[in-house]
Amino acid sequence: MDVMNPLTYDAEEDQLRERTKYSEMDKLLLPVEFQQQPVSTGTTIVAVEYDGGVVIGADTRTSSGSFVMNRFTDKLTKITDRIFCLRSGSAADTQTIAQIVTYQLDFLSAEANEPPLVRTAANCVRRLIYEYRDDFVAGMIVAGWDKKLGGQVYSCPLGGLLARQPISLGGSGSTYIWGYLDNNYRPNMTKQECFDFVLKGITLAITRDGSSGGCARLAIIDRDGVERVDVLGNDLPKVYDL
Amino acid sequence: MSSIGSGYDLSASQFSPDGRVFQVEYANKAVEASGTVVALRCKDGVAFAIEKIVTSRLYESGSNKRIHNVDKHIGMAVAGLLADARQLLTVARDEAKQYKYDYGVSIPVKYLADRLAMYMHAYTLYGFVRPFGCFILLAAYESDGPQLYGVEPSGVTYGYYGIAVGKAQQTAKTEIEKLKLSELKLEDAVKEAAKIIYQVHDEVKDRMFELELSWVGQINDGKHERVPTNVFNDAEKFAKASLEEADDDDDEI
Repeated sequence: MDVMNPLTYDAEEDQLRERTKYSEMDKLLLPVEFQQQPVSTGTTIVAVEYDGGVVIGADTRTSSGSFVMNRFTDKLTKITDRIFCLRSGSAADTQTIAQIVTYQLDFLSAEANEPPLVRTAANCVRRLIYEYRDDFVAGMIVAGWDKKLGGQVYSCPLGGLLARQPISLGGSGSTYIWGYLDNNYRPNMTKQECFDFVLKGITLAITRDGSSGGCARLAIIDRDGVERVDVLGNDLPKVYDL
Repeated sequence: MSSIGSGYDLSASQFSPDGRVFQVEYANKAVEASGTVVALRCKDGVAFAIEKIVTSRLYESGSNKRIHNVDKHIGMAVAGLLADARQLLTVARDEAKQYKYDYGVSIPVKYLADRLAMYMHAYTLYGFVRPFGCFILLAAYESDGPQLYGVEPSGVTYGYYGIAVGKAQQTAKTEIEKLKLSELKLEDAVKEAAKIIYQVHDEVKDRMFELELSWVGQINDGKHERVPTNVFNDAEKFAKASLEEADDDDDEI
């Protein structure tokens, strides 16, 4: 080798080598047509505030192209005892964000000796989405309860926006239910009304959106903690009943 | 070696045989030599009053202020060495800025007090530094009510209902204890604080002083600021009047 002029490091070649390595493994695991598709949560997520808490819900399908990778995914991801995030976009990216924010808030609450605010959690999520906006595909909703402002829903969509909303929805399935939710949302709904509202919305999205499906997972977060409800596919409300 | 410290006071990183750190105690002495600071946490806010001793007529009035803003909502009052306090002010402001950047909400004053205490404590552990010669008071009006914290040179911090630090801290504390803080309104607390400063001021030792007054509370949406001129004048008038009243009483006796 020419010592004076060593071979330069070729990042592109290195990347290519890595890709071949993994695609060898993929060949054994996945059908050819799905190997090139990113694993993403083509999703429906909905969150609604009510007086004293929030109701959140999501479908359970994770797909890679037209292949269902997981039919009972949990897209309601716990961040702290009273704060959850709802993930849509790339599964890998959103899981990573959730993990990082969980760590940040665990650290903060240990330092401050009190549970963190929902707003704080939402801001942490937002900042990651903003700072990695060129690399990540992540649209998330942060919802939960804190003693300062009660139940809150924050929307953290693709570009790095942060907005508090009384109701927020996201994912590919949301496009099918904007009309339904806009039409039927009323301020000051009770907990039960919110629950039925979210469940109906998700059911409608599941029926129309090809990349949403499976079951519906819901959760109610309030002062007393989190109550999780999983509604199996055959127990979803019938659409023609609505 | 014949002095009181007996050689154990040369470094902050060395204990004396009976478990004291003299450098920290000297820092407390610096605090006790300072003009008095009074802080009252009342029903709907916190009031600061400061006796800023003026050592020369040639100084412009209003220089070397001892009440500062860390953030819009947090006030910081200082007893002790002003130059030391200004470094702590910078640290506190950086801390507040960083918290807001990281978490999107203003820093809770308790958290700030803890962080500042950690910083001050670090300066009591090493041979090549000396402790800060100042006592820092932090006040804010947060969603769960008024907050008042004090950070000592040693790096411990307490929450307070009311506190006085400086030359006349003992007499001032006795006066504060006479007040019903939980029923006091902020407008009156400012007056009471000013009155205490006038009461405890020692005209024989320090002839001139400037009064500084600030407040943070419901009245101004939790912003910490110097009191408006009319409130200041009222408070000063109230303080002077009650002093004269006391003098008259003395004469009668």
